[in-house]
Formats: sequence, C-alpha cells, structure tokens
Amino acid sequence: MEQQGSTKLDGTKTASANEQLLTFIVDGEEYGVDILRVQEIRSWSNPMPIPNTPHYIKGVINIRGDVVAIADLRERLGLPKLEYGATTVIVVLRVNAGGHERVMGVIVDAMSDVTNVPQAAIKPPPTFKNSAEGSLAKGIVTLEAAAAEFGGRVPAAV
Amino acid sequence: MANVLTVDDSVSLRKLVANTLASAGHQVAEASNGAEALEVIKTKTFNLIISDINMPVMDGLTFIKHVRVLAAYKFTPILVLTTEMDPAKKKVAKESGATGWLVKPFDPEQLLTTIRKVLG
Amino acid sequence: MTNRLADIQQELMGTFFEEAVEALTQIESGLLALEKCQDDPGRIHELVNDVFRAAHSIKGGAATFGLTQIAEVAHHAETLLDRLRSGSMKPNAQITSLLLSSVDTLRALVQWSSSGDGSDAPATDALCKDLDAAAQQLGAGSERDTAAASKPASEVRKARYQIKFVPKPDMLTTGNDAVRLLRELTLLGDTKVIADTSRLPGLREVELTKCYLGWTIELEGAVTRAQIDEVFSWVDDDAEIKIDELVERSSAAAAQSGERPHDPAARAPEHAGDRDGGGSIRVSVGKLDMLMNMVGELVITQSILGELEGDGPIDVKRLASLRDGLALLARNTRALQESVMSLRSMPIGTVLSRFPRLVHDLSRQLGKQVELKLSGQTTEVDKTVLEKLGDPLTHLVRNSLDHGIEKPEVRRARGKPETGTLSIRAFHRGGDIVVELEDDGGGLDLVKILARAKERGLVGQDDVLSDEQIRELIFAPGFSTAEVVSDVSGRGVGMDVVRRNIKAIGGQIQMSSVQGQGTRTTLRLPLTLAIIDGQLVGVGSYTYVVPLLSILESVEINRARVSQFEGKLPLYRLRDDLVPIVSLGGVLGVTTGRMSLDSGLLVVVETDGERLGLLVDELQAQQQVVVKSLETNYEHVEGLAGATILGDGSIALILDVQGIARLARSAQGSSVVRAA
Repeated sequence: MEQQGSTKLDGTKTASANEQLLTFIVDGEEYGVDILRVQEIRSWSNPMPIPNTPHYIKGVINIRGDVVAIADLRERLGLPKLEYGATTVIVVLRVNAGGHERVMGVIVDAMSDVTNVPQAAIKPPPTFKNSAEGSLAKGIVTLEAAAAEFGGRVPAAV
Repeated sequence: MANVLTVDDSVSLRKLVANTLASAGHQVAEASNGAEALEVIKTKTFNLIISDINMPVMDGLTFIKHVRVLAAYKFTPILVLTTEMDPAKKKVAKESGATGWLVKPFDPEQLLTTIRKVLG
Repeated sequence: MTNRLADIQQELMGTFFEEAVEALTQIESGLLALEKCQDDPGRIHELVNDVFRAAHSIKGGAATFGLTQIAEVAHHAETLLDRLRSGSMKPNAQITSLLLSSVDTLRALVQWSSSGDGSDAPATDALCKDLDAAAQQLGAGSERDTAAASKPASEVRKARYQIKFVPKPDMLTTGNDAVRLLRELTLLGDTKVIADTSRLPGLREVELTKCYLGWTIELEGAVTRAQIDEVFSWVDDDAEIKIDELVERSSAAAAQSGERPHDPAARAPEHAGDRDGGGSIRVSVGKLDMLMNMVGELVITQSILGELEGDGPIDVKRLASLRDGLALLARNTRALQESVMSLRSMPIGTVLSRFPRLVHDLSRQLGKQVELKLSGQTTEVDKTVLEKLGDPLTHLVRNSLDHGIEKPEVRRARGKPETGTLSIRAFHRGGDIVVELEDDGGGLDLVKILARAKERGLVGQDDVLSDEQIRELIFAPGFSTAEVVSDVSGRGVGMDVVRRNIKAIGGQIQMSSVQGQGTRTTLRLPLTLAIIDGQLVGVGSYTYVVPLLSILESVEINRARVSQFEGKLPLYRLRDDLVPIVSLGGVLGVTTGRMSLDSGLLVVVETDGERLGLLVDELQAQQQVVVKSLETNYEHVEGLAGATILGDGSIALILDVQGIARLARSAQGSSVVRAA
C-alpha cells in the first residue's frame, strides 16, 4: 500500500494531492477514516464489559497483551442496535487524546475498501443532530471529518 | 582505529571518554578502577590507556606502575586525566610511568585531537 | 564542537547529575558523621578525605560538562575541605553548617540544571565568598588556581625557530614516541629535520628500548613559542630541548589568529535543557547476569518443548514429557518474572537516606534532641513504590519529631533520657514490605484527640468510642491537635493525605501507641505495583480479581445471618461483627445467577479500617496477576484498579475494593439484592 503524501516527524502532514481513507459501513452508510490511524482490523470477539461506562462502550478486549476498549459506532451514532455477526468487524485505531496516544476499537457492520480521496473534495462536516463530530467515548478524539461526493455513494468520514 | 582502555570511577566521565572515542571509530573498553583495569588488560591488547588518578580500590598511578611491568605495555602510550597539573604532580605521574596527561575539564574535541596525535 | 560530540556530552550529563546527587549525599553523611565523631584522628581524617574526594569529583565532572556554576561552588567547598584535610582538622559547627548549606545549594543547582525550566539560577556568590573566608581563616594552603586557561588569541606572525631535541635514552619507556613528536612539529609549519646519529653505538651494543638519536629541527611558520612548548610538554623531563627563535625581518605579517581556544566558556550551556521524563534506574550487573541466565534457561526449555512436536500420535509417553516440559516452563517463567521484578527494585535506603539530615535540622529547629536509628536499608522495594513512599514517610518523621518526642525538660521530668529515639525499620514480611516508625515520645494522647474531634464536630458530643476508633480519628481530613500550627507539620493536612498516598501505592497504614511511652506507625506495602497476588472470583459468566492483600477471609453465605434494613446495605453477622454485604453483580452491572442472598460466597475484605463482604458466585484460583492499567488506553473507572489477562487470553477486571465500597454506598437505594 503506497503512502500518499508524507507525514513529517512531528505528525503533521505535508500537503498531498490525496488522502487515503479506510472505509467501512455502518447502517448502510459508508464512512472513512485516515488510514494512517488504523492499527489493524479484527474480527468480532466478545468484550469484557466495564461497569459505569456509557452504553456504547462495550468493554475491553485483549489485543496481544494490551487491554483495549471498544465502542459500538452504531450505538454512538444513535442508530438501532444490531446483532453482532460474521461480518462484524472491529477497527482498531490509534488516537491522540488526553495528551497521549491511545488505542481504541470501533465496532462497525462491515469493511468496505481503501480509497483515495482528493484533499480538495474533503469539506468540513455538517452539524449532525447527535453530535457525530466523532467524539467516541468521553472526549477521546475527533477523527478526520469530511464530506465528499464519491462514486455515487456519499461517504462521510467520522 | 585503535583498542583503547579508559579507567575512571566516575561513570559519566568514563562514558564521555568512551563514547567520544567510539564515535571516532576506536574500540573502547572500560574499567572503574585500577584493579578492574588490570583484569581487563588480560583480555586483550590495548594501543592506548587513559586513566583517572583518584580512584578507589587501586588508584591510577599504582595501576600504571603495574602495567609498565608487563612486557606488552612497555611502550604503550598511557595518559592520565587530572584536574590540575603542577610540576610536582607531573613528576610523580611521569615517574609512575605515565606518557602524558589530559587536564580536566577537557573538551571532547581536544581529547580526540590528542588521541590522534598519540596514536599516530 | 561537532554536533555528534555535543550530543554525546549531552546524553551523559544525565548520568553526571545522578553521580552528583550520590556524591552530595556522601558529603552530607560524611559531615553528619564527623559531627558525631569523637576524638579519633584516624577516623576524622578518613571522613574528611572522603568528603573532600566527593567534592573534588563533583567539581571535575561539572567542569567537564560545562556546568560552571556547580563547578565553582564545588571548587570553593573543595578548597575549604582541602585545608581541613591537610591539617587533619575536624570541621567546627560553623564550617559544618556552611558546608551543609553548600550541599543544599549544589542540590538546588543540580535540580535546576537538570530541569532546564528556564527559571533563574540559584544565587551562589554569597556562598562562595563565605566558603572562601572560612578557608582563609584556616590558613594558607597550597595554591589551587583554576583560572581558565584562556590564552588570548594573539596575532601570530611568521617566525623561524631552531629546535634541538635530544631524548634521553629512556624516553621511550614512558610511551612517548620521538617520531610522533617530530611529526607534530612538522604539522605546525615548514620543517627541516636533521638527525644526529653520533650517539648510536655499534649494532651489537644497541639496546632496542633506548633512544640514541637526536634531532635539530628548523621550523618556519606562523608558530608561537608556546605551541612548540606544548608539543614537548610531556617530555621536557625526558629530553634535552632547546628552542631558539631566529629573528628575521619578515615583510609578510601573517594575520592568523588561529589559536586553539582553551576557553571553557565555549562549551555546552549550563542548562541541560529538555530531559525526557522517562526515568531511569541503575541496575547491578549481578542482577542482569541473573536475568540472562533465566533467559537462557527459558530458551532451553523452549527447545525441549519444541522437540516434542513431531510426527506420530500423541501417546501417553509424549504427553507425560509435555507435561514435564510445561512444568519446567512454568518454573522458568516464574524465575524470570522474579528476576525482572528484582530489576525494578531498589534498596529502601535511597529513600531513608534523607532522614538523618532531616532529623538533624528539625531537631535543632524544634529545640529537641533526637537520635535516629535506621535499619533494613538494604530491603528492596519496587522503584515506583519507592518514589511514592518519600513524602508520606517524611510527614510521619516530622510528626514524630513535632508531636511525638518531647522537649528535653519534659522528658527529664518524665524520667526519660533527654535524647529521644526515632527508629525506622524496613523488612519483608509474608510477601509484603513493612516499614515501621517507632518513637519513644509521648504517644497518642487519646483524650486530647477525642476532645479535638468533638470540637471539630467529627464525632457527636455523647459518642463513646473505643481506643481503636479514636486512633482512627487522626486520619480524618483536616484533623490536627497542634496547638500552634507549627510550620513543621503544617495544618494537620497530614494523616489523611499520608493514608491516601499509602493507599495509592496499594499499601496500608496503622498506628498504635502507649500513652507516655511512644508511638509506632506501621506501613504495609506491596512488593510491586505491577504484579499483585489476586483471588479470582466468578460473578455471572465473568471473572474478576480481588487483591489478596485486602482479603480477610471467605465464607459461604448463610441466609440466617443476614439482616436487612431500609436504606442501608444488608449486614452479615460474622462472629461478633456486622459486615455490610455488597453484591458484586449489582455494583458491576452483571446479571448473575445469584441475585439473592440465599447462596453464594462472601469474600470479606478490609479497606480503610472497615470491613466489607463481597458477594460472588464462586471462588476460583489464587494467582499472581499482571496489572494492566485501564488508563493507558481508556480512562480510570471507579471501582476498578485495572485489568489483567488470564492464561486463556480472556480479560479479568481487577477490583479496587475502596471504589467498590463507594459505588455500593451510593447505589444503596437501587441495589437489586433482595431476600428470596
């Protein structure tokens, strides 16, 4: 997988023509996230629930010795809950929050593709009703937000 | 590129010398006092020895006296590191067998230059 | 200096700071020991010498790393110590106090330099002057001149020299090489070298170790006399050297001023700048060797197990071998784990070493006489526990001096020796570290404490409390029996904060005392934070871990002993006590099979001096678990102390008993536990 553009040592990105997104599906809608933030993709495994956490935080799972919390994106976006099935997938992301890097998992319906989206096509997000600005779990992170016309579908990156 | 032995009980100073020399491509071994240094000498032959004077267990000058007795080290350059070098101390050091000295504080650049000269 | 060399210097500055800190501690204890030392000239000389050498090494190191302020203070202190040393004198009270101040100032300078926070440097002029004056008073010693050897860059003009260089026969045995010296000369300018072989004997008489040659060198160039002297500086005793300048009018005046600057000012800046907060630890080579051995054993075990793989069916024989191999693996892993744990541990002495000085200063300040006894300094404690132990211990020591040990008059009146004793003992007991502070002071005045508590409204006027309960009051926030808020112990913010800090490292604190005789404070600490002994319990289909340290006992619940009251947690009659019951299923939000109090297991735990019974479905194994913090990737969750990964890869959450208690209390009304 080629890297488009380049990331400087301090994490900022140099201007590049395209942005590479990993896209996935939640409730029929296509969403995308900056591929540089994706650590891995795992198939569904039962999390250990944590008490006193928001309903969309399903618990923690063991990823090679690390204890990682996972959040259900459907529930976070206020969508009706779905049974976890064979195509349910956990996208494990590296995010920057509270001053340091953390690893978090996001439960999505299914994986889609890796696509290149021209930077120019990425527009700032419209305001969603349930503040899907993309803050997962208590003030964790804002992922790249974009809206772009793309191949007939409308991917909104969360 | 030479085999150098550096002896000093102060870790920071010893490593300063060692790392400086290593950066110039030399192979460096270390010891924290004279007695330890005598053990290290048994392991291989050194082209140059740099030693502090004030050390516990066995001080630098005693160490040098022991080294000069060894056939392999009759003509090896041995430098002492010292904070001051008045004529009296100079004499004592030379009498113990030291080749020359480097005055602390030294500049790593200076160290390398001196080493270069001594090793030819 | 090249960048690379500057980097090397920068990297090692951290090591120097560590060494300096150790050396300063050495100086301090040396000075304190000297104070106590009676007339024993041998011992005095030894101690003064040790202190001198420590100061000398700080000076040398600081100067090398360009830390001129530290070097300067160290230099003045060293001069003073040198005078004491040469006169075999014991420092008097004034000098001791001055030197102790120097230690403090140097510590502050080291701290300032290593933090690089951009604030102003601590002032040192007055101190240096005082040290100088003290040294002068002791009389003139050998001149110790460390004027910066900054040769003014003079204009170098072209010159011609004739140099006669005749090494003595034995010059070579000093390791000096005539050829090298000649080469150095040739680098300075244009040279013409003529050898003098007149002293060379016949081939048969030549001794290879001797030098028979001499040389006359003509040197021309932009060279100073000093430069030539420098070339020969090591051998001026071992050779005949004559340098004559041949004066000649030279029209071309070389305007070179390329002197090699010896200027120490052009060095790395005082401020070390950013130091990464990663922390480091010094580990003995012995421990590392042990670790290597363990790893070696592990590799062997792995290959043994590897050999069991192979064609053919898994028969009984192979199964037995496999089992043996696994047992071996378990032993190796355990040993490796212990080895690694021991790497992180350091002797508790590093924390205790600050107390002699503290007690010394504090007792003077309070007008009391106190002797400090330390034991068990070699007891090893995990680095993280050690770091957090300092403050609570300091507070306890201050308390003991401030409130515990009485003034000499009072002690005399009570028939006690005027000098009070505070002993701090550290040792291992049953898998924990125990630190005991014991003083022979006045003990806890229970009457006063109770009165104060009533005054503060912490207990009702008519409440009757047991001695134990009164002692507990000390730990209540904002409690203090100080008549005057002495600036020593502060506003009684003490004990509750101390307890909180001890808890934060997973430990417990207890006090006992006999009025009029003394107080003993006992701290129990876990060996390490990262690995704890845990009791696995099953709640519903999930497994949780209860820290073994907090478990008192476990009992099968007997419905008959349960009493329930409105708005409070159900109580269990355990022998003579009433223990509140907390259903873990309810608190953790797990629908367990047992939502009733008819059956299940009660794990009785203790936290903060109170007891609690945790209702679980079953008891599973007891084992060591590696604590993984939830805050690494998520955040702190009330009631949980972390998570661990079990042998089968599943996650078990580790309970924080105190947090559970809090959650249970706040959820009281909504508790789902009810009688069948």
